[in-house]
Amino acid sequence: MYRYDSIDQKIVDDRVAQFRDQTQRYLAGDITEEEFLPLRLQNGLYVQRLAPMLRVCIPYGMLSSAQIRMLAHVARKYDKGYGHITTRQNIQYNWPALKNVPDILADLATVEMHAVQTSGNCIRNFTADPFAGVAVDEVMDPRPYCEVMRQWATFHPEFAFLPRKFKMAVCGSKTDRAAILVHDIGMMLTTNDAGEIGFEVFVGGGMGRTPVIGSLISPFVAEKDILTYLEAILRVYNLFGNRLNKYKARIKILVRAMGPEAFAAKVEEEWEHLKGSESTVTPEEIDRMKSFFPTPDYRILDDAVASNIDQQLVQQREEHQAFDRWITRNTREHRQPGYISVVLSLKPIGVPPGDVTAEQLDAIADLADKYSLGEARTTKEQNIVLADVAKDQLFDLWQACKPLGFASPTIGTLSDMICCPGGDFCSLANAKSIPVAEAIQRKFDDLDYLYDLGDISLNISGCMNACGHHHVGNIGVLGVDKKGEEWYQIQLGGDQGKQASLAKVLGPSFSREQVPDIIEKLLNSFVEVRIEGESFLETYRRVGHDGFKAAAYA
Amino acid sequence: MPKIILDGSVVEDSWNVVREDAPSALAELGEANTLVPLDCWNALQAESDKMPANVGVWIASTELPDQIEGDLQSIPVIGVDFPAFADGRGFSIGRLLRQRFQYTGQIRAIGSPIRDQLSYLVRCGFNAFQLAEHYDPEQALASLKDFSDAYQGAVDEPVPLFRRRG
Ligand code: SF4
Repeated sequence: MYRYDSIDQKIVDDRVAQFRDQTQRYLAGDITEEEFLPLRLQNGLYVQRLAPMLRVCIPYGMLSSAQIRMLAHVARKYDKGYGHITTRQNIQYNWPALKNVPDILADLATVEMHAVQTSGNCIRNFTADPFAGVAVDEVMDPRPYCEVMRQWATFHPEFAFLPRKFKMAVCGSKTDRAAILVHDIGMMLTTNDAGEIGFEVFVGGGMGRTPVIGSLISPFVAEKDILTYLEAILRVYNLFGNRLNKYKARIKILVRAMGPEAFAAKVEEEWEHLKGSESTVTPEEIDRMKSFFPTPDYRILDDAVASNIDQQLVQQREEHQAFDRWITRNTREHRQPGYISVVLSLKPIGVPPGDVTAEQLDAIADLADKYSLGEARTTKEQNIVLADVAKDQLFDLWQACKPLGFASPTIGTLSDMICCPGGDFCSLANAKSIPVAEAIQRKFDDLDYLYDLGDISLNISGCMNACGHHHVGNIGVLGVDKKGEEWYQIQLGGDQGKQASLAKVLGPSFSREQVPDIIEKLLNSFVEVRIEGESFLETYRRVGHDGFKAAAYA
Repeated sequence: MPKIILDGSVVEDSWNVVREDAPSALAELGEANTLVPLDCWNALQAESDKMPANVGVWIASTELPDQIEGDLQSIPVIGVDFPAFADGRGFSIGRLLRQRFQYTGQIRAIGSPIRDQLSYLVRCGFNAFQLAEHYDPEQALASLKDFSDAYQGAVDEPVPLFRRRG
């Protein structure tokens, strides 16, 4: 993964000193509340319902074991002993004290971490595939490019006071696991006819109050031109985005108002002035970035050893049904023979989805060191990936995971919900989301039933800001406020990949108690009408919305 | 006289920003150093081939540098308004003035820029700052140097870090 040199370190240290000074001036009354707001937000600090919340950046989800130990330390020393993995691959802490935040940032800086631009109306963290570099369907590793863009975006002087927040994602694989079509800018790595590397660029996707699928504005921007092209998009947005109405301020509204073609033309016009400038990325820089993401020194197995390992695995799976289930659901194929990627579940029943304790973080660091080359990744589904596990270590790893609470064999099932912090923590919430997730998990706790249902995404947001990505859940649950009471709207048919679709509202909303029963009705209806082998989404797309609607309100 | 930050130091300053009741003829301006709104500038500019050296223009965050008529280079001061400090359009306007229009005179942040924006404003081409009254400009100087280096190219350093790393 990327490692800081002395310049990177100095820049991050400068930032810590800057925020320490700003915090002191704020506490001394020299900065007004209003002026301090964007300063603290751009250092990850929100003021929540119960206490401040600090969101720490995990660039495109990559973590070293030393960094994970630091995250554990922060949870223990400055918080109540846990953190929460977000749907944008970051981690947030719910209980830090404002006066301690500069110290937290200083601690994080010692392991090349920060909370820069994790909130506020600026360029946020880049989302990428948690299986980058190891996925069998990967065409190009997105991470070197994410790092090039991350550095460009970090402390970008022109774009720190945008009309609204700005999120980007980069995908380099056949299946899009970065949800590029629901980001402000989504980039798909590709090559042109001449074999040059570049990006398809989509703009104006997003969730929130007005969910939109991004529009293609350029079929090919060469890798060397990507920074100037992004700069052109951001400048058009900065100058022409709506600043009067917060709900109309995202780039998607500008793109829609202008029309994608006119928007693209405006970007081209701006780009003409920037293209070819010194911000053009050099081949040396791309090579330098690629050198941080080398193919690891994988163990090369001869055929006899490999087949022995495979045999042993078959035998272990036969002997231990639970191990077999875990492998089936919680591992992903690896491009290197003899290796596999493992997903550690942060969704055991009864724990808020994505929550992780300091002890668990330390344990993840140990597991990463022992089993996965000292690195781990966060996923936007709020789990942890150990990307490089040797197959003959799987059984040991599984046994280590069980007492730690990471072995729920439910990845990708109904139980592996995406869920925002909701009304328990978030001051913007209309309704609680965590208890809804728990009630659903408890109702559907039979593994055979979950497996029979197959892959299904259930995403819960406590309000229309959509941090729980409910618009792109096969089943989406949205907290709504009805005369001061908490109600829940249910939506169906969302999907986040290259075939992204936005979920459609089922009908009138439900009380919290009703939600699990309604989901049961929907699932029963699916089981009834599905054709052998179909997923929930496939059935939904085939039979349409109305059948499910009738079932829900029957 | 009010104090502003100019080229890294605090100086007394005599420029007055006219926001309302803009003059309709150059004669109304007299000798005072005045920044007039864009519309007004364009109208006055039609009146004379050579604008007096005590008149400058300020542009609103909804306006763009290419709307300024006449010879940009001869304008002594161009103000860029921040009607609210969080209205970040001025950052782009500053870069356009310097990098696209090659303007070399004074670019002044007016309205309500805040101390903690100074380092970014400098990077976007501003060299003069009229901060809100509750800031002591002497103390604010420290914020000009919040960062020792920067990743991306901008006005102060057009060469991005990746071309400068050892
Ligand atoms: S979706 Fe709403 S309730 Fe949930 S975390 Fe985001 S803002 Fe808060």
